[in-house]
Amino acid sequence: MKSANPAEATRTAQDSKNAAPYRSVLALLKPYRFLIAAAVLLSAATVALTVYLPVLVGRTIDLLLGPGQVKLDAVCALLLQIAAIAGLTALVQWLVTVLNNHVAYQVTQDLRKRAFRHMQHLPLSYLDRHSVGELVSRMITDVDQFADGLLLGFTQLFTGVMTILGTLAFMVSIRPLIAGIVLVLTPLSIVVARFIASHTHNFFVAQSQTRGEQTALVDELLGGQKVVKAFGREQAAVAAFDAVNDRLETNSLKAVFYSSLTNPCTRFVNSVVYAAVVLSGALLCVATAGTAAPFTVGSLSALLAYANQYTKPFNEISGVVTEFQNALACAGRVFALLEEPLETETPDAVHKGRQEGDLAQGKVSGTVQMDDVSFSYTKETPLIEHLSFLAQPGQRIAIVGPTGCGKTTLINLLMRFYDVDSGAIRVDGSDLRDMTRARLRASYGMVLQETWLRSGTIRDNLILGKPEATDEEIEAACRAAHAHSFIQLLPRGYDTVITEDGGMLSQGQKQLLCIARIMLCLPPMLILDEATSSIDTRTEMKIQKAFATMMQGRTSFIVAHRLSTIREADAILVMKEGKVIEVGTHDELLSKRGFYAELYNSQFSG
Amino acid sequence: MRKLFSHLKPYRRECIFGPLFKLAEAGLELLIPLIVASVIDRGVGGEDRTHILRMSLSLVGLGLLGLGFSVTAQFFSARAAVGFVTKLRHALFAHIQRFPYATLDRIGIPTLITRMSSDMNQVQTGLNLTLRLLLRSPFVVFGAMVMAFTIDTTAALWFVAAIPVLALVVFGIMLLTMPMYKRVQERLDSVLGTTRENLNGVRVLRAFRKEEAECAAFAEQNRVLTASQQRVGKLSALMNPVTYVVVNLAVIGLIRTGALRVQAGILTQGAVVALYNYMSQILVELIKLANLIINITKSLACAKRIQSVLDIQDEEKAQQGLPESDPAVRVEFDHTAIAYGGAGGEALSGVSLRAMPGQVIGVVGGTGSGKTTLVNLIPRFYEATGGRVLVDGIDVRAWDPEALRAKIGLVPQKATLFRGNIRENLLWGGEKATDEALLEAVAAAQASDVVASKGGLDGEIEQFGRNLSGGQRQRLTIARALVRKPEILILDDSASALDFATDAALRKAIRSLPYRPTVFLVAQRSTAVSHADQIVVLDEGRVVGLGTHDALLDSCPVYREIHESQFRKEAAQ
Repeated sequence: MKSANPAEATRTAQDSKNAAPYRSVLALLKPYRFLIAAAVLLSAATVALTVYLPVLVGRTIDLLLGPGQVKLDAVCALLLQIAAIAGLTALVQWLVTVLNNHVAYQVTQDLRKRAFRHMQHLPLSYLDRHSVGELVSRMITDVDQFADGLLLGFTQLFTGVMTILGTLAFMVSIRPLIAGIVLVLTPLSIVVARFIASHTHNFFVAQSQTRGEQTALVDELLGGQKVVKAFGREQAAVAAFDAVNDRLETNSLKAVFYSSLTNPCTRFVNSVVYAAVVLSGALLCVATAGTAAPFTVGSLSALLAYANQYTKPFNEISGVVTEFQNALACAGRVFALLEEPLETETPDAVHKGRQEGDLAQGKVSGTVQMDDVSFSYTKETPLIEHLSFLAQPGQRIAIVGPTGCGKTTLINLLMRFYDVDSGAIRVDGSDLRDMTRARLRASYGMVLQETWLRSGTIRDNLILGKPEATDEEIEAACRAAHAHSFIQLLPRGYDTVITEDGGMLSQGQKQLLCIARIMLCLPPMLILDEATSSIDTRTEMKIQKAFATMMQGRTSFIVAHRLSTIREADAILVMKEGKVIEVGTHDELLSKRGFYAELYNSQFSG
Repeated sequence: MRKLFSHLKPYRRECIFGPLFKLAEAGLELLIPLIVASVIDRGVGGEDRTHILRMSLSLVGLGLLGLGFSVTAQFFSARAAVGFVTKLRHALFAHIQRFPYATLDRIGIPTLITRMSSDMNQVQTGLNLTLRLLLRSPFVVFGAMVMAFTIDTTAALWFVAAIPVLALVVFGIMLLTMPMYKRVQERLDSVLGTTRENLNGVRVLRAFRKEEAECAAFAEQNRVLTASQQRVGKLSALMNPVTYVVVNLAVIGLIRTGALRVQAGILTQGAVVALYNYMSQILVELIKLANLIINITKSLACAKRIQSVLDIQDEEKAQQGLPESDPAVRVEFDHTAIAYGGAGGEALSGVSLRAMPGQVIGVVGGTGSGKTTLVNLIPRFYEATGGRVLVDGIDVRAWDPEALRAKIGLVPQKATLFRGNIRENLLWGGEKATDEALLEAVAAAQASDVVASKGGLDGEIEQFGRNLSGGQRQRLTIARALVRKPEILILDDSASALDFATDAALRKAIRSLPYRPTVFLVAQRSTAVSHADQIVVLDEGRVVGLGTHDALLDSCPVYREIHESQFRKEAAQ
């Protein structure tokens, strides 16, 4: 289920690339349109001021003609102007950066929030198909890259273009001829950068592929390091690692070296441009000396400053373009996620939910009926076919059967994590699809085989279903689940902080916590999926007593491999290959000498 | 960090030539303002057109030479950085392979994975940048100042004034923002962690209808993250404007001094232009240097983390001169005790037990009673902190770990398979096994149907074996252990995902293995071990019963309780 089809993955990647998410991006930016407009105007002002400054410096230099010819008053006046302009530029520049940051961070925040909210209501069929790592990287990393690349990239691009235009205008105003020379020569640096980028692209792809391969290998080998050691495969592991490592070295070297050529090469082009300006400018100075409109040394120095300034944005822009593409690809992936259809509730169900509130305790009697239900995760492999059964209120229904017979799937359907393909499931006579998921789930307490605890204190974990629980209630629930004694032995008792994987807790202790969590909120129906698989039978026996009290008057579904866990069930559904093949009580089924009897006897013959 | 950088030794030449060529290039750059000054003074001032042409051509020539220098520099530094990190990765990976279990537990696998991947990449980038730029920027800054002094000492004092102020601004802001960026990163990590956790626990959270509460909690974390981003953003936004102002103030001072000196005939117009150009160069380089230092700091932190793993010298070595015991006993526990590092109490204490060749030893006990710990001592995955463990009469600490483990087939609690095909996975058990032998092991492990369903031994296995169900994985890991026809077979509760019928068939098949291994069978149920030659009953790390099923039912209350917890109802009937 979790393994996404690679072909499909590439297809989605392409889709998101093609469907450029401009419109969604614009919608996202809308609340900030005034701030963005202000940033744009201010950065235009910065550019104008930055470009104007060398002119002033040039004029000042022109006054330094030679010994005794310097008008110091004029120089000082100009220097004051320079100071004023520089101060103003700095202020505006700071404002622009702050505005841009503000918009970028706020947009990221909005987008992350939306993605998270969206994720809360995505169907499990979608979440199960995608790995957690992939989804996290979309919701966090992609969003970040999007903001960085698109917004900061945008401002860079904008100021870059503005600087080019502004500089060009000033250059033309100083001397059109030299401006023309610069104009003709500078695109060379873009051509060079482009040429290198396009030729190094393949090296980068190779590098990131090999790197991915290596990460996957390291993940797997270190993840299974204990097995590696147990089988004495250390040498083999190093050999496998080295094979990839050496390939990575070759690929990385190419990618790193060839891409690092961009800067020296564009710098060289720049120095050619610079030389051309020096040559033409100086010759012009000589040629126009003494004429009515002389080309002065100050103008030359301004032009030289421009020649430096002018080529810089070109280099930046070529960098921005790649970043832009990357940002758009990220945005595409984020918006693809945001456009994934959500779980929907029928208007009736919502209306009813609002009128009647939760299917809370007491309001649901707990008749659960499966009526000719068929379901499969993929069309090709049918799983559950034409399944029917009826659970009366308060009954204890055990589900047994060999691995992969569809027990866990049944839970997915009962909790409406997945919707049935055909047929219907009814609780108290109403179709699950006619009530909101929230109402349905409020009526179930669920303990899964794969325990999940969140990082936080033990208490945080216990009150998940009942945040308002008092300390007394919590302790009572834990005592009932036989979790109180070990919790007390933890360094800080109920306030001990645990990590998501439960850290120091054993698998069995984690299960006890999950059971206590349910004991605390006591919903009217229960689903216990291998709830005690990692708990030793002695403790289990004690918990069973608590379970028995808890299950009193509550419709319960119990999945288990251990027959001792389910012997007291009112009805046992024996499943095989997606079908219920036997139904009855323990004794009935034993006397039937069918599949169940076979399963049961194998425990004794062991 | 000497150990870490020792891997740089093969690249000594690259590490010298890289920066050297980079400096050569920077040196050329420093000449440019002088050339321009000469163009202005001699070319324009003296109306010498040939001089102008010659100087312009030499500018192009310098550019070309600079290109050559810097390409050479890039090549050397790329080779050193990439090569160094490749060697380092190998060294770290090989180093990790030597870690005993206790060390792996202490450091944690996710940490090691990070060291191997992102930390390494950061070190590569850092080293590459260091070789290219670390010397270059200060060289240009001070070079520009020195050049200024060669032009005019008085005007150059403006450089002496500006450089410290600029450095103060650039590095001051950097130092102030670095911890703030660290906090931003921490908050980003926690946002990331929450998202991951939420996805992992999606079923539980939805079952408890926590969707809204989760959104609210996330929104708060998200807000805090943004706030800290905004804060640091405002501060670091000061860098460019402030340095811009400082440089321009210096330029103003420079020109004013220049104007006076020109007036007095000490300086030429061209010289003032050259000074102005040097001042502009300084700013660019200082900012580059600040960014570089941020990068290097990050890389050094990563390098330190890598180093700290390399520094761990926990290694399993065969010890000499330990007393031996009866070689006819396959596995012997002799007053064995162990306390895990950090944990207070002993996980096992005073365990004594002798397992003869061919015997089946059942190990039962409650959750956390020390069953896994007991069997993990046999292959010396953990070391006993008291007493000893012997295999064939030799202390496990005296065994070469590899030779010891080659005798043992282990099936861990968590069924782990690796990407590849079924055959490759099974061959872990014994590299030279024939297909026939593999299939034999598969059959004994009751996994024939698993292999068949995947299309035979060539059937593909995805990473972590995730294209198999839990039960299928368990059976293949059992087969893997059987492939080597081990003398000691350890089954650590490795049938938990199997149904009764399969479990029973498996136990029967293992009892009838022709090579009669000594089997340690860890189980939750007494039925699983009832046929064992000896059953060890553990309770909170102590042996509370040792004997056969029937004897224990008589003598051991804990065992009786475990047994009866499964057969309560039958007993009552």
